[in-house]
This record gives sequence, structure tokens and C-alpha cells, in this order.
Amino acid sequence: MAGKVITVTSGKGGVGKTTATANLGVALASEGEKVVCVDADIGLRNLDVVLGLENRIVYDLVDVVEGRCRLRQAMIRDKRLPELFLIPAAQTRDKSAVSPSDMVRLCDELRIDYDWILIDSPAGIERGFRNAIAPADIIMVVTNPEVSAVRDADRIIGLIEAEEKGPARLVINRIKSEMVRRGEMLSADDVLELLAVELIGLIPEDENVITSTNRGAPVALNGKSKAGQAFRNIARRLHGEKVPFLELEDQGGLLGRLARIIRPRGGG
Amino acid sequence: MNRIIDFLLGRDQRSAQLAKERMKLVLIHDRTDISPGEMEQLKDELIEVISRHVAIEPQDVRIEMAQDGRQQRLIADIPLRSVRQRRVR
Repeated sequence: MAGKVITVTSGKGGVGKTTATANLGVALASEGEKVVCVDADIGLRNLDVVLGLENRIVYDLVDVVEGRCRLRQAMIRDKRLPELFLIPAAQTRDKSAVSPSDMVRLCDELRIDYDWILIDSPAGIERGFRNAIAPADIIMVVTNPEVSAVRDADRIIGLIEAEEKGPARLVINRIKSEMVRRGEMLSADDVLELLAVELIGLIPEDENVITSTNRGAPVALNGKSKAGQAFRNIARRLHGEKVPFLELEDQGGLLGRLARIIRPRGGG
Repeated sequence: MNRIIDFLLGRDQRSAQLAKERMKLVLIHDRTDISPGEMEQLKDELIEVISRHVAIEPQDVRIEMAQDGRQQRLIADIPLRSVRQRRVR
């Protein structure tokens, strides 16, 4: 078995990298896959709270890299999904405690026994980002339909290409379809046209993401929420399934299409 | 209602449309790392070199960056001076 390494990154902070990593982990593990989530955001640990595993941390990523514990000792098993594990980030160290080759070595060890290794990258384009993408087979760039997030995503996509780690796959998070319909938010089509990159996920804005994070139970555990469904669709696409982008169709519904016909493209 | 009137008069530009147009320009400059000033300089030098070989209309030369997928293209439109004008000169 040779597992695949997926790095979730973004450039800009706060667009939903950690949420995406946690939910993708949950979605893949609920399909029976063996998954390890690695928090590479050293010093700003968060994947543990989003997954609801913060009370069970003994060792962390830096302990593994510096040889204070064995890999297995730093892996926290999720009680809801026995095939889901977390390697938490160190909270009291900084990014320089880990090198890109440390990450490659760690992931090569994990690949032997697990199907998917998901790395939650820190924001930015410095050392932490380099660490996170070094072992990646697939890089997912998370963005929001908003100018600063799109600009930073473009920068990151360029860096990923320069490192020959491309093509990046795009996840557009927090889409408010009602605002898109009014022409007051960039649509998924707009973002795709600007970034010219392959799409792998469209996540609607969904209050369930906040309430589920409050509980430490990722939204993908909940079968009914829209965002949870969207994350599960990404997991299916990673398996090569052709899953339609439901939200796109939603935005281009009868009203949206009518509005586009009536309203001239260029505006005033 | 105001929005409908604006829209009927063609006055309104939705913020998403505006964002998209702004981002197109910003991304082109981010990707190529060429500032508008450098573009002007490039244009002046191009005009100089081409003028050595063929008569052109320097004031009508247009140089712009265009996006083609994730590739950028430098497009130059350089009108040549017409034969008659050249004779007059």
C-alpha cells in the first residue's frame, strides 16, 4: 500500500484550511480509508480543536522529528472513526523546528500503512509552507470568493507550479449563493476564470460549520449539512468519481440565468 | 427599487463584476512582476528598436499583457506608417 499525501494550503489565513483538512479527513475515513491528519502549523496549533481531539495530546510533530517519541506515540486515534488519526503541531515551538526533508521522511513512513496523509499547511509562503508542500502528491488550495483570498491563492498556485508540484486543485470555500445571485459576490466561475486552475470542491457558507467546530465534531460527520456534503464530494472526487458541482448549478438556476440574460455583462 | 432604476439606466456595476475586472489586472501584474512603469520603458525601447528598421506610428503603439490560462502573453500592436506619409516625409 502506498498512501497519497495531500497538502491543504491557501496563502491567506482564515479561509478554511484547517476546516477543510479536518472534514476531508473525516470524509475519507468514513469511507473506510486509513487517514492521518498532520498539523504542520507549528506554533499555531488548531487542527486538534477542530477535530475535537485537543484533550488527548501527549506528543506532537516536533517530538517525532526530534526523536523524543516514536511516530505511533504521537498519533491520536479518533474515537468516532477508528481509521482516522491526528499528529498535532507543537504549540510552543516555531516553524524552523521542522525542515522539508523531515516532512518527506515522516510522510514516507506514514505512506506504508495509511491511504491518505493530509497536511494542514500554515498560511503564508515561508518555511512552514515549504515544509507542508515538500512531501505532497496533491496540493489543494483553499480560497474564498473575495479579492484578497483570490490574489493570495494565485500567488500560491504560481509557487506550487514553480516547485513543480502542480497542478494545484482549487477548493472555493464559503460561497454565499444568494450574494452571487445578486452579483455582489464573485461566483465560482469568476474565481475559476481568474485563477485558471482545476476545481475540486465548492463549499457553501453554512452555519453548521461553526456549530460543529464549537463541538469539535467536523461537519462532514453530519449527513445532512450542505457543507458536510460538499466535503464528502471532494473525498469522492479524490477517488476518481465524477461528482457534479451541485452549488454551481444552484447559482446558475432559473433566476440566475434570467438575471444574466437581462443584465448586460459589462455593467454600467 | 433604486437598484432596478440604476440597472435600467445602465448606471449600476455590481461589485462582483468590479472585483473580477480589478483582479484580472492585479493578477497579471503579480504574475509577471512587471510594473506599469517598466511596461512603459519596454514600450519606448521597442519603439526605438523597431523604428530603426521600419517607419511606425509611435503614438499608436499598444503593448499589453493578456492572460491565457495560467500563461501570460505580451501583446504588442505596432501600426506601420503608411507609404504615402513616408514619401511626404
